[in-house]
Amino acid sequence: MSSGLRTQVGQLAHRSILRTLRQPAQIVPALIFPLFLLAVNSGGLKDATNLPGFPTDSYLTFALAVPFMQGALFSVMNAGTDLARDIETGFLNRLALTPLRGAALLSGLLAGAVVLGVVQAVVYLSVGLIAGAELAAGPAGVLVIVALSVSITVAFGSIGLFAALRTGNGEAVQSLFPVFFVFLFLSSMALPLELIQTDWYRAIATANPVSYLLQAFRSLLIEGWDIGELALGFGIAAALLAIGMWAAAAALKTRLVRT
Amino acid sequence: MAADNAQPQGIEVEALVREFKKGPRAVDGIDLRVEPGEIYGFLGPNGAGKSTTVLMLTTLLPPTAGSARVAGFDIVSEGPRVRSAIGAALQEAALDPLLSGSEHMRLQTSLHGIPKGEREARGAELLERVGLSEAADRKVGGYSGGMKRRLDLALALVHRPRILFLDEPTTGLDIQSRTALWEEVARLAGEDGVTVFLTTQYLEEADALANRVGIIDHGKIVAEGTPAALKAEIGRPTVEAVPRDPGDQERTVAVLSRFGELAGAAPKGAAVRLAGGESQLAEVVRALDAEGIAIEHLQLHAPSLDDVFLTKTGRSLEGAAAEEAEDEEAAAEEAGVA
Repeated sequence: MSSGLRTQVGQLAHRSILRTLRQPAQIVPALIFPLFLLAVNSGGLKDATNLPGFPTDSYLTFALAVPFMQGALFSVMNAGTDLARDIETGFLNRLALTPLRGAALLSGLLAGAVVLGVVQAVVYLSVGLIAGAELAAGPAGVLVIVALSVSITVAFGSIGLFAALRTGNGEAVQSLFPVFFVFLFLSSMALPLELIQTDWYRAIATANPVSYLLQAFRSLLIEGWDIGELALGFGIAAALLAIGMWAAAAALKTRLVRT
Repeated sequence: MAADNAQPQGIEVEALVREFKKGPRAVDGIDLRVEPGEIYGFLGPNGAGKSTTVLMLTTLLPPTAGSARVAGFDIVSEGPRVRSAIGAALQEAALDPLLSGSEHMRLQTSLHGIPKGEREARGAELLERVGLSEAADRKVGGYSGGMKRRLDLALALVHRPRILFLDEPTTGLDIQSRTALWEEVARLAGEDGVTVFLTTQYLEEADALANRVGIIDHGKIVAEGTPAALKAEIGRPTVEAVPRDPGDQERTVAVLSRFGELAGAAPKGAAVRLAGGESQLAEVVRALDAEGIAIEHLQLHAPSLDDVFLTKTGRSLEGAAAEEAEDEEAAAEEAGVA
């Protein structure tokens, strides 16, 4: 990476982080809402641990994977609405008049998502462990969970950037949130894939990449170190990021028609 | 990157056109030339094509046809070189309300490749210049409209551009803020030799600042010259008379029409461009008196740029603004610009 590009990415990342930290309305719901759902689910569904084949006797440990995914969904909204606002206010035009490169813009914009990913992971994990969840992978697992959380948050954030560049409208980006939530509900969020009894639901959940992202977290929480599960989780996150960035780069080209 | 001073520094536009799929021809074959160091006022109502022209000249919107060179560089094939030579404050200050003034300067100086050791000093110098040193560490969300505009101007200057585009820089500002900005723009052109392309819908702004004015309407330049020359071209003052009895309006029109070409924009009375100049005013008064028309209001107007606009387009600037606002919205929507 050339020093010019590094400077551009660094400055835009700095701005993205400042914006994220200065908008409590972005951070607080992303922390509170998933923890609230965790409390409700782990209380209401704890009997599910009695099902034969359920991987743990602590539903809290099983359900602790879900907040990481819900937090990542917030990053779609946060990264996307920030960029959409830049388009709406003309700030993107200001940036377009500088020698800014598209890659620097997209990478820099995701820096806020990285910060959010770290904060979310630390908070979810801390609250979960304090509440009695287990972490079979031990202290080293904390680092991997944070890394996985950041990877997924950034991957989903890139989809937010694409949506913002395509629509140029913050409200349109926010309307994606429920759509992504449907993906979460149609996954192994509440039960392991093999224990889902309804055929169509199990088929969809099996095809849904979110199930494997959840499983990567659960492998660390419940089983310890399962390289296969982790590789699949990180691989899906990487693939989502690649697709998101490719789509966002194409949309940026259309949006920034500078000659 | 510093622009090459050996290059021509003005703006040359030939037959520039911008069409939008869902809208009219926003810019319809304009030609213009702005000399280095000149302040060129681009005057017209909302939707006339001013902002679309600026977007093309700043390389943010490709033209449909025609050509333009800015600072000696072609706006289509040499976009990055154009951008390195220009600064722009586009319509409505595009600022981040969550960042402070100095954080904006830091971002802008970095993105423009100002060496690290010079960024702070350059930012502080410009903030001082536009009178924002004290507010430098406050978030822009708390700035007034005038402060935002001044910061916008400072940001456009970080890389020492040779040409500055200001798109309606004083729209919505109070008189004090407007005057302060005018002084700064005049200083930039006068002392620093910066070429300024200024769009405005304010006649007094063009009159006060611009060395030359181009008047645009429906995407076409309808008049161009120095404000004095344009007004001299119209030459004749206008007298406007409003009868006390609204029923006398037709008779007032008939009387005034004897003294020259009727001008529009006198809804309750009549206005006429005096063919014989202001010396005819006394005759006008006598003629109205002879017809027994009691006059409530009589006013002599020296020629203004609005008269120039009226003469060239048949409409006043204010009336044209309302008529064309919808076209502007459609064009901006398609261009995908704020």
